[in-house]
Amino acid sequence: MLGCFYAAVSIGLSVSFGLLDVPHVAHPAIMVLGSYCTWMLSVRGWDPIVAGVVLMPLFFVLGVLIYRFYYEVFEKRGSDAGVRGLAFFFGLAFIIEVGLILVFGVDQRSVEAAYIGKSFSVGDFRIPMRMVVAFGVALLLTFSLSIYLSKTFTGRAIKAVAQDEPALRLMGANPVRIKQWAFGIATAVSALAGAMLIIVSPVEPAIDRLYIGRTFCVVVLAGLGSMTGTLAAGLILGVAESIVLMQLGASWAPAVAFSLLLIVLGIRPQGLFGR
Amino acid sequence: MNPLLKIQNVSKTFGGFVALSSVSLEIAQGERFGLIGPNGSGKTTLISCVSGALRNESGSIVFDGEEVSRLAAYQRTRRGIARSFQIPRPFRSMSVLENLMVPLEYVVHKGSLHVSDTRSEALVLLKQMGLGGKAETPSHQLSQVELRKLELARAMAARPRLLISDEAMAGLSGSEVEEVLKILFDLNARGITIIMIEHIMQAVMRFSQRVVCLDAGKIICEGTPAEIMKHAEVQRAYLGA
Amino acid sequence: MSGRNFWIGAVAVLVLGVGLPLAPVINEYFFYAGYMVLTFVVLATAWNILGGYAGYVNFGPPAFFGVGAYAAVLLFKWVQAPLAAQIAGGAAIAGLLGFGVGLLTLRLRGIFFAIATVAVVFIMETLMINWRYVGGATGLQLLRPPVELFDSYTRMLFAVMALMSVAAVSIARYIQVSWIGRGLRALRDSEEAAESSGVPTLKLKLFACTVSGALMGAAGAPMPMYLSFIEPASTFNLSYTIGALGSAIIGGMSHWLGPIVGAILLGTLQQVVTVTISSEMNVLVVGVLLVLFVVAAPEGIVGLFKRIFKK
Repeated sequence: MLGCFYAAVSIGLSVSFGLLDVPHVAHPAIMVLGSYCTWMLSVRGWDPIVAGVVLMPLFFVLGVLIYRFYYEVFEKRGSDAGVRGLAFFFGLAFIIEVGLILVFGVDQRSVEAAYIGKSFSVGDFRIPMRMVVAFGVALLLTFSLSIYLSKTFTGRAIKAVAQDEPALRLMGANPVRIKQWAFGIATAVSALAGAMLIIVSPVEPAIDRLYIGRTFCVVVLAGLGSMTGTLAAGLILGVAESIVLMQLGASWAPAVAFSLLLIVLGIRPQGLFGR
Repeated sequence: MNPLLKIQNVSKTFGGFVALSSVSLEIAQGERFGLIGPNGSGKTTLISCVSGALRNESGSIVFDGEEVSRLAAYQRTRRGIARSFQIPRPFRSMSVLENLMVPLEYVVHKGSLHVSDTRSEALVLLKQMGLGGKAETPSHQLSQVELRKLELARAMAARPRLLISDEAMAGLSGSEVEEVLKILFDLNARGITIIMIEHIMQAVMRFSQRVVCLDAGKIICEGTPAEIMKHAEVQRAYLGA
Repeated sequence: MSGRNFWIGAVAVLVLGVGLPLAPVINEYFFYAGYMVLTFVVLATAWNILGGYAGYVNFGPPAFFGVGAYAAVLLFKWVQAPLAAQIAGGAAIAGLLGFGVGLLTLRLRGIFFAIATVAVVFIMETLMINWRYVGGATGLQLLRPPVELFDSYTRMLFAVMALMSVAAVSIARYIQVSWIGRGLRALRDSEEAAESSGVPTLKLKLFACTVSGALMGAAGAPMPMYLSFIEPASTFNLSYTIGALGSAIIGGMSHWLGPIVGAILLGTLQQVVTVTISSEMNVLVVGVLLVLFVVAAPEGIVGLFKRIFKK
């Protein structure tokens, strides 16, 4: 269950980093931003999921803007740009994080909704309702994104631009516009992911650092650009973390994602379903 | 006489795509060898396997009696294989002269501290290539033909015995093609074996003593320039007839 | 800057670095803050060897810095090791870590290496959280041994850090002007072309990684003594990353002067902002400056100077 959640959270990164090759270390930070926006809306009485969905178009625009900026400044300029692009996103992540601290303070925030706080029993297990909700949304997100990428024209164009940009140009599509669109989608997805994040557990600004590990771990383990792989990888991570949690205790849990990441990088960098 | 380069049953795939399928050929010391074929036929893949930029999955590559297919690219350069890149890759942050100092310092004078000697050697090389006046120019300011010459100069700075020139003349004007061709002839006259990949047919046919034509990862014919031109398969590969 | 001028400057800095703490007139706070600035000089210089010269941007400073700090604590607790030994130990272990991480990930593209370094930071932090001997999550209090020659321990640490800065910068400068630096620049510009020009790229990358890590570990080793305290969360804090990275990028990544300029600038700015506004604001300022420079002035302050003076 946790795994699905991780998968959902990482899907956005799967697109922006996996497919587009953007060194988007600020992805978790944007997601946390989404969480806080959701919180703000929920305080005014909105249901968190609805808030998340409503935020999506806003974040889409944000994503497009960010990508536009990134592209103009970095991707055009060639070799040195990779290094600076990375530094840029890192700086961005920090700015978002600190911005959140300044506006909201360092305390944790959480949301209230009808399904939070309740759980229902399946045989011997008690499953928190909110996890089920997150699970459901995650599944929905993964499948819809998967379908979108394989069935629609823009979706396939996105996949194509990842593999063979010149060919795409020849077909008359504008790669920059497509990448922009894709990045926007990725960011919009993060908004929803942020909403789910705050549904599942309380959120604080520094939490994005932990999630850098988790999201990148999932994306790398899955193999860059594979949507279904992201789901599988998320599940693996979720299970691994839960096992560690039970056996060794909470103090070891944060390292799981990162360790798994290192192991994958060392042994099989293409991931499970990689290009 | 032993061939300088012996390629046997070399194969290379990318995911599901077969780039090279059991390619074999031999190149003699001092030979001028031409490699032609339509786009995507595997020419660059083949020479990348020879230079070490790619690893072949099967088969052997023997250079001067030594199996090199497991060696890293820089090790092969140190043994005498040099290549120029299809799209020039100068070291952009460095001047033209400094570009040449890299192979000089890493292949010829490994780790020597006598910078002044290497500088003068680099300058001599530049003059031979006709780039003498541009020694201090930042490499990213060069024109296309100058970049191509720099690619060749940098490959030559490693003092290779085998030089692979990958489409060094693509997109150049007629007189520029002549300039580059003359440089290659001169190099060969000094004993360097040269493999030339080109699409400019008249250049390849004038330059090469032997030509091999690749198509879809396989050799479709081999022979003297005259023989190749007449070959039906070659015509079909290029014209799709 | 020619070789002779550099060494004159270095000696001058050394004299100041040791002489100032010996003079009783100056305010203690100066050395307290100055130590941090010098620490960042070393961190930024070390980072720049791998991040600037070789082009492998990484987020690892807290990992190596922290490892150096904890190695020092270990040596101190275990065998009452003197400061010099602590520093040597910190450098050695951090260097080893650098080598190991490099071996694991340097065959991959730059961003994977960067993410791997973040991973190492968190893993190290988690390891230290769970290690009771060095204090675990709550941390460890340390008793400073008595200090000779200087009026206070802080002053001595300042002098030590000044020494370390000169050493680090000398190493960076040597690398930069030598054939090693040219090879690093070549692989940064085009790894493929470098390989085919005979540059053993993997070996060079590992070298840069090890040296960078070792220097950062050395910088971290005196930290526990400086604070009389050590605990995982603040030691492995990613703000060391932004400090080191920021200093190098803002100062200029292609020259050894860059990290120095950047670190001093950022260091003093940090002290001013933290004292006048807040410490969070300080991180924001650094972040904004970083983004600004990355976007508008990638060659850093040193690069800008070069451009102005060429005209």
